[in-house]
Amino acid sequence: MAWVWFHRFGSPPYFYRLATRLVPWFAWLAVLLCLAGLYGGLVLAPRDYQQGDGFRIIYVHAPAAWLSLMVYTVMAASAAVGLIWRMNVAHAVAASCAPIGASFTAVALATGMLWGRPMWGTYWEWDPRLTSELLLLFLYLGYMGLRGAVDELARADRASAVLAIVGVVNVPIIHYSVIWWNSLHQAPSVMHFGRPTMPATMYVPLLMMLAGFSCLFGALLLTRARGEVLRRERTGRWIAETLGLPASQDPNAAVGPAASDSRTASV
Amino acid sequence: MMLQFLRMGGYALYVWPSYALTLLVVLLNIFWARRSLRAAQTEARRRQLTTRGQA
Repeated sequence: MAWVWFHRFGSPPYFYRLATRLVPWFAWLAVLLCLAGLYGGLVLAPRDYQQGDGFRIIYVHAPAAWLSLMVYTVMAASAAVGLIWRMNVAHAVAASCAPIGASFTAVALATGMLWGRPMWGTYWEWDPRLTSELLLLFLYLGYMGLRGAVDELARADRASAVLAIVGVVNVPIIHYSVIWWNSLHQAPSVMHFGRPTMPATMYVPLLMMLAGFSCLFGALLLTRARGEVLRRERTGRWIAETLGLPASQDPNAAVGPAASDSRTASV
Repeated sequence: MMLQFLRMGGYALYVWPSYALTLLVVLLNIFWARRSLRAAQTEARRRQLTTRGQA
């Protein structure tokens, strides 16, 4: 019985409709959290005693970097689910992650360079954290390139899933790189155990930006995943219904809603 | 007051480009995601109509 929810998510019409309903919630939550976080971070938070106002880059850099890792983890996990249970919805989610993750990895790298220049005196250093994050960008691009190179969608799903799963080892390497090796980059200030390393007026806006970017990711992912689910569905009366097409005249296509909803995973 | 805020304590050259770039990528992501969904919907609609035509 506990697996019922899992099979529901695997049902394309159920997922499509749920995603349609959820997107506005994620989107508005993202807008509210980011506006509050930006006001807190740019206006209310005090200057850093070492970095002055330069530290305020953290309010866009850390959320982008956080997304770069979270999106990859979601991508690899759904790719694994898609591969193991042959679930098309999971493949659709994985495929939707890559462009979002790649773009925010690029933002994390670029804002990191803009932060590094005044603080470290250099835009770039072949440092463990910076290098492993650059590798993450190449993993995303490789994933997208591989998908683009395979014409058949089902084969592209399987091949790219293997790449996504293998590449996931890079995620803990990025996170722990600043602890395992001597790095220019500072140690984690949010994703660590114990008390915050900064006062609440700095910390709370950062948490809001992290939550806001996560909600933005939710909205972007579900929007893209709706499209990817449609691409993987050749048949099914629910498509005509969702797209607002008139009911089909073909008696063979007139299967009941129960029949179309019971499709948990189409192989 | 406003000018002082924009100056970002001398770090304006690094802070504002960071924020501008992030905003640009967020907006692009919204545009790309919606375009991708619309393309899939158009394609699915076309496919539905052609398969019906054959039937």
